Amino acid sequence: MAEATHRRVRVVIAKPGLDGHDRGAKVVARALRDAGMEVIYTGLRQSPEQIVAAATQEDADVIGLSILSGAHLPICRRVMELLQERGMRSVRVLVGGIIPRQDIPELERLGVAGVFLPGASTADVVRTIREGAGPRF
Amino acid sequence: MKNAHEEGGSASPATGADARFTTISGRPIAPVYRPQDVAGLDYARDLGDPGRFPYTRGIHQTMYRGKVWTMRQFAGYGTAAQTNARFKYLLEHGGGGLSVAFDLPTLMGRDPDHPLSLGEVGKCGVSVSSLQDMETLFHGIPLDRVTTSMTINSPAPMLLAFYILVGEKEGLGPEDLAGTVQADILKEFIAQKEYIYPPRPSMRLVVDMIRYCTERMPKWNTISISGYHIREAGATAAQELAFTLRDGIEYVQWCVDAGLDVDSFAPRLSFFFNSHSDFFEEIAKFRAARRIWARTMRDRFGAKSPRSWMLRFHTQTAGVSLTAQQPYNNVVRTTLQALAGVLGGTQSLHTNSLDEALALPTEEAVTIALRTQQIIAHESGVANAADPLGGSWLVEKLTNEIEAEAVEYFRKIDAMGGMVSAVERGFPQREIQESAVRFQQAVERKEKVVVGVNEYVMEEKPHPILYIDGTVAEEQVARVRALRASRDRARVAQALEDLKATARGTGNIMAPILDASRAYATIGEMCDALRGVFGEYQEQPVF
Repeated sequence: MAEATHRRVRVVIAKPGLDGHDRGAKVVARALRDAGMEVIYTGLRQSPEQIVAAATQEDADVIGLSILSGAHLPICRRVMELLQERGMRSVRVLVGGIIPRQDIPELERLGVAGVFLPGASTADVVRTIREGAGPRF
Repeated sequence: MKNAHEEGGSASPATGADARFTTISGRPIAPVYRPQDVAGLDYARDLGDPGRFPYTRGIHQTMYRGKVWTMRQFAGYGTAAQTNARFKYLLEHGGGGLSVAFDLPTLMGRDPDHPLSLGEVGKCGVSVSSLQDMETLFHGIPLDRVTTSMTINSPAPMLLAFYILVGEKEGLGPEDLAGTVQADILKEFIAQKEYIYPPRPSMRLVVDMIRYCTERMPKWNTISISGYHIREAGATAAQELAFTLRDGIEYVQWCVDAGLDVDSFAPRLSFFFNSHSDFFEEIAKFRAARRIWARTMRDRFGAKSPRSWMLRFHTQTAGVSLTAQQPYNNVVRTTLQALAGVLGGTQSLHTNSLDEALALPTEEAVTIALRTQQIIAHESGVANAADPLGGSWLVEKLTNEIEAEAVEYFRKIDAMGGMVSAVERGFPQREIQESAVRFQQAVERKEKVVVGVNEYVMEEKPHPILYIDGTVAEEQVARVRALRASRDRARVAQALEDLKATARGTGNIMAPILDASRAYATIGEMCDALRGVFGEYQEQPVF
């Protein structure tokens, strides 16, 4: 019902770093689109600068990062820095992939709003985005 | 009569079949199979004894009685020195061959100090950026007594050159070296996405390498045509088989078009498949693979040598099936998958470690994975007779079905003008994506049970993992910078110019790559030289 009168949630799904394993990113992108969100998939090997630029250009509400290579800490640190520099504090960053549990507190400290580990369902991702959705959605 | 719905089953939207009784690929399975299900099967024509055309039952007459499969565990992390120690450990504990995992900067042809290498150095594999790192990686390992498989694709000519040059320093010629480079670029465009250059120049590099190895390296497997990654990306068993074999056909066609005699190079082609969780479907897939390849090589390409007809393959258990939840369950999954590979007649096998959904494996986890193979080989008795499931009505029927499905894909891809053209229009990529989405939906609807994930879930303590710290990157960056400062600069610059000149022309790329590698040019420098000539590929992603 809200769809007709309100703007749809806009999500940028990105694969940072050098890894090409994009099955998870694309399955999540499809599930979010099927759930009625506006999904922009950046494609592979995007630098933090390119991802934040895409989020700016697309006026994104959420950035979803898929990282399986172990590079999540330096990449997330850089993405969060860039968002802060540009005053984009309302953009929520979610991360999915092979993330050791011991790194989750550090990701949360950086301001990451949700971390999805292997086995997470796409329904969980949809729910997290919807529950975190503020009035602007 | 009650139907499946009333019994609590749910119909698969794809097939209308009761989803509980379909394979992991969605293939319906009948309640029982009988002789009439395989009534048209002709033993001599369709199966043959092991070691006989069309090799459905295996490529060797005695199979594992002559020699058990090679237990080849993929390994690599951190610096070359760290991985060298892991290799020596594996060799001391009964591993039969080495298999090198490179880190992402190496796989993508970037040096450790490139901005895109941020956070990736030494993480997913070992960092090798020059001949210097390769010398460290194989220090103290006699290259004439081990076989080495290198999982490297776009920069495969460079890594092959490094290996040849390490051999040279040990007093060995290229003809003494045995092993494989993966060098299967088509599956990179289709699934794993570690491409650098566009498809057509990438194919030329593969053909140049096959030609070089055919002329100079009689013991080297020139290319490992891989379904593993296609399956991991979400393909069904039949799609894995179809796209992999059609990739093989494409390489053979390009080599023949380049003037190579099919029987001169085809015997050194090898394959690499995934062994997933659906036991009988996987065994049928391996059997169908051999039959299709034998017929294709004989009938489509007119190969005369039986060695050209034989499909030899490596198997890895399915990484994608491993769960982060209750990781010890992965030992059981891996055992079943490894058993399917063995019953399917694999030539070599990698068993995944129980903690690989969490991180790179610990030494303890790697040891259990290797022991899994040893228990199958030495305790289970399954290696005593070749193709023990041959003649099973179920397995023969599945073998026929999977073969038919693959041949149908061949027809479609041929109609598009071949696999390079199909890849350029995103055909296999879309087919795989659809399968990946279907499987995820089936799991979320609990039509497919994943133990510990969507059923039988429990609270658990965090599992101890191997943690790689950031000092590897600093060490590798310092090392490559010191190397650049210490080389003969003029020699490196000239070698890179020669490489570009060859790339622009039609000469074989291996010669200038060997020269540049000898001058300690880095992977990043050589790949950049080729980027300048060939350009870089950008895919149009579909989801």
